[in-house]
Amino acid sequence: MHPAPSVIIFTSLSGLGFGLLFWLGLGVLAPTGWVAFVFFVIAYLLAVGGLLASTFHLGHPERALKAFTQWRSSWLSREAWASVAALIVMALYGAGLVFFGTRIALLGWIGALLSIGTVLTTSMIYAQIRAVPRWHHWSTPAMFLSFSLAGGALLAGEIMIALPLLAIAGTIQVYTWIDGDSRLARSGTDIASATGLGTTGTVRAFEPPHTGTNYLLREFVHVIGRKHSRNLRVIALASGFGVPILLMLLPFSHMLAALAVLFHLAGLFASRWLFFAEAEHVVGLYYGKR
Amino acid sequence: MTQLPPPSSVKLGLVIDLDTCVGCHACVVSCKGWNTENYGAPLADEDPYGADPVGTFLNRVHSYEIQPDEGAAQLVHFPKSCLHCEDAPCVTVCPTGASYKRAEDGIVLVNESDCIGCGLCAWACPYGAREMDVAEKVMKKCTLCVDRIYNENLPEEDRVPACVRTCPAGARHFGDLGDPDSDVSQLVAERGGLDLMPEQGTKPVNKYLPPRPRDKAPEYDILAPYLEPVTDTPKGFVGWLDRALSALPGGE
Repeated sequence: MHPAPSVIIFTSLSGLGFGLLFWLGLGVLAPTGWVAFVFFVIAYLLAVGGLLASTFHLGHPERALKAFTQWRSSWLSREAWASVAALIVMALYGAGLVFFGTRIALLGWIGALLSIGTVLTTSMIYAQIRAVPRWHHWSTPAMFLSFSLAGGALLAGEIMIALPLLAIAGTIQVYTWIDGDSRLARSGTDIASATGLGTTGTVRAFEPPHTGTNYLLREFVHVIGRKHSRNLRVIALASGFGVPILLMLLPFSHMLAALAVLFHLAGLFASRWLFFAEAEHVVGLYYGKR
Repeated sequence: MTQLPPPSSVKLGLVIDLDTCVGCHACVVSCKGWNTENYGAPLADEDPYGADPVGTFLNRVHSYEIQPDEGAAQLVHFPKSCLHCEDAPCVTVCPTGASYKRAEDGIVLVNESDCIGCGLCAWACPYGAREMDVAEKVMKKCTLCVDRIYNENLPEEDRVPACVRTCPAGARHFGDLGDPDSDVSQLVAERGGLDLMPEQGTKPVNKYLPPRPRDKAPEYDILAPYLEPVTDTPKGFVGWLDRALSALPGGE
């Protein structure tokens, strides 16, 4: 799949932002006044910034409001609802902390649930797609949720929560790579089933339908991004999880914590790049590619 | 509405005969022509006369080689367009309701004025039947020529999809696959018509007729067994030269 920068930025940043909102809503940290203001501004910049970035890849962003209509069947529509609901509820909750110094626990819990629910709907947009066997798996939501929770805890400065969650997220990450590499082969979809021609012999793509490229090849058969897969995996794992864990084991300082967040973010971008670039869409089989 | 309607009794679709298709791409051209000049946004072409032409097409013809365990390989031309699936994954993922399946005849369409161009429906389609138009920034797909098949302004013989009307080999058939007695259903039953990627669970309406096995020509040459096999070792001067050169260092 084509690793569109807008979607990589969106899923990474909004995942972090909603993760932070989750821990804020849960009351694990309940800052008030200016401190609360800074935490909420960071969370909203990430969550809303990510959502705005996601509209950049729309052909007609002026019609984006229509995306709220099909929540009965569409995970993308559900994501629209969940994100707006989470942002509104958490804004009210945040206003209580910032301006009145009071924590309305029930509002926080609802906001936390909606925040993490938004991350779930994002992940389901990918996990529902059967045509991409690497994504069509429980580990896709597990990865998005664990990343969001770990990154959110890291941003919140909750080291005792962030440490085990980063380790868990890193483990899930490694599992998605190892298991994901063979999912296309195990899916049962191959050039023989794609063409229905496999009964009498071995099928080979002889001639493509067009001499140049097309939308399908650009969007779904993006192979350039896979070239440095192994190196990027090492970078994603070390920078996203390894280094932040080491930095947090050192005596606490705001400098080190900020560094840990930056390393985590860089690793997150590398991981998300691979999530798209390495995903094989079965339409590639029609072109004898993957 | 992107929830799928209950299965319709009429299931309009195509039956494509891979035994007959000659790979001329006439269906591709007529499809592009009709759907650029008629319903919906025209199908864009980028850099059409330049070095890297790219365009939107709703129908494309691949060519595959089948290599059997024994004997010569077989070439199969393979037209591919929307299969108008019963469980169309492209419809349910659409957040705006632009992508829908008609309750009356099962045709899958895009309402272009509702499409936000997110591309998710093209991701969901395992067949590559949907292409984003670079100029209009909306999703384009086969309409089964919905503006031809019910069009009473056209002569009756033209009330079929453009690709079917134009196919010079008669490899494309249009009809109601929901009616077991229709010509297309009979053809599918007779020739063992099959679904593409059945394991994807999309239940495509369009069917493909596999190429029939090639005839084997019987051995008619009664003299051949009596003829001396042609020797491959040279004789005379050429034979001497061959032996002499082979004796040199590095010779075979």
